Amino acid sequence: MTDKSIVLAGVDLSCIRDDRVLFEELNFTLHAGQVLLLEGKNGSGKTSLLRILCGFREADAGQVLWLGEPIDDSRYYADMAYVGHLDGIKKELTVLENLNVSLALGRPGRFSIDEALVRVHLNGYDDVPAQSLSAGQKRRLSLARLLTTGNRLWILDEPFTSLDRAGIALIESLMREHCADGGMIVLTSHHDIDLHDAVVQRIHLS
Amino acid sequence: MTLTRAFLAILRRDLVLAFRRRAEMINPLLFFVLVITLFPLGIGAQPHLLQAIAPGVIWVAALLAAMLSLDSLFRSDFDDGSLEQMLLSPHPASLLVLAKVIAHWLVTGLPLLLVAPLLAVFLGLPSHALGVLLLTLLLGTPVLSLIGAIGVALTVGLRRGGMILSLLVLPLYVPVLIFAGNAVQMAAGGLPVDAQISILLSILLLALVLAPWPTAAALKMSIN
Repeated sequence: MTDKSIVLAGVDLSCIRDDRVLFEELNFTLHAGQVLLLEGKNGSGKTSLLRILCGFREADAGQVLWLGEPIDDSRYYADMAYVGHLDGIKKELTVLENLNVSLALGRPGRFSIDEALVRVHLNGYDDVPAQSLSAGQKRRLSLARLLTTGNRLWILDEPFTSLDRAGIALIESLMREHCADGGMIVLTSHHDIDLHDAVVQRIHLS
Repeated sequence: MTLTRAFLAILRRDLVLAFRRRAEMINPLLFFVLVITLFPLGIGAQPHLLQAIAPGVIWVAALLAAMLSLDSLFRSDFDDGSLEQMLLSPHPASLLVLAKVIAHWLVTGLPLLLVAPLLAVFLGLPSHALGVLLLTLLLGTPVLSLIGAIGVALTVGLRRGGMILSLLVLPLYVPVLIFAGNAVQMAAGGLPVDAQISILLSILLLALVLAPWPTAAALKMSIN
């Protein structure tokens, strides 16, 4: 436990939902630059595990440690970002306004808003209300949030949903960059991901 | 001052959103005006009776209008995931919640204050009681938003939370209703109202300091 290079760790995590044990005594450690891929069929507890990692849900047993401390006692929330099923986009606000709000809530990251929009191929959409974006574009917008705010840990729930092939390749390249920079990613995905030389750990939930 | 920035960003966002959904936001105000204008029609030509019940009518209508507007406080944020993002922010959730409540009051409480004098004249409330009426509304309606926020935060995750919300929140509104209604009544009779105003002020300060914490905690429970 004293290994300083472990950044995120799950210790003996269990999750019980409606009297059904989704997982028990789950342990994992994540070092800088690594990816944790959660696999399993629908309803196997992937999203539940992600929500436990976000602190939305309490684990029924065990705890999540960030730099050796329980996540509630550390600077965890300044260092993580979550993109879930709900994209957290206000449809009445423009693309720019949406990103400005999330930037104000977090801390500035590697990219400015303009650069991030270029990266996710949404440049020129600044003043478009989010409700007139397509599903894939909305997804790109919520992923742009990862770039504008400074985070070491990305928690992504099915990040490739409704993205086209080019979009998937784009997000994969952003993920590779993030890992090369010492960032970490925990994600669930039904797609095969290609992250070249990043270390990918897999947890299979059943 | 990143906390100030986050606070202002939420406040500004909610005001912009309210402006873009103004048709929805005007509902409580319309309700307030309609209820009060219907009373004289229902009661008939009895100016003294109308004058006597005016403080109560205005306050009950304000209270119900506030109830009506509560659901919009967290509903859309809950549905589109913005609430999750807000709670994941490193800033204290209670302060971000306070920003939302303030924006909500500016959009739904303040307009009541602006139309109240007109409606008071309509009901025949003596003009020397107008100032007190406005003061009670100024002190009382923010309390309705602050206390209501706790109730909405507890019920936002439920599919049909409306009934439970009323049951939870209305009893807590009663002290405000009693002291505010009483103050306006006394002022109409030319009596001093310092005591009631002081009590309303202390309720407001207490709610301002104490309500955001349980609201933030309840929201964390609701998104579970």
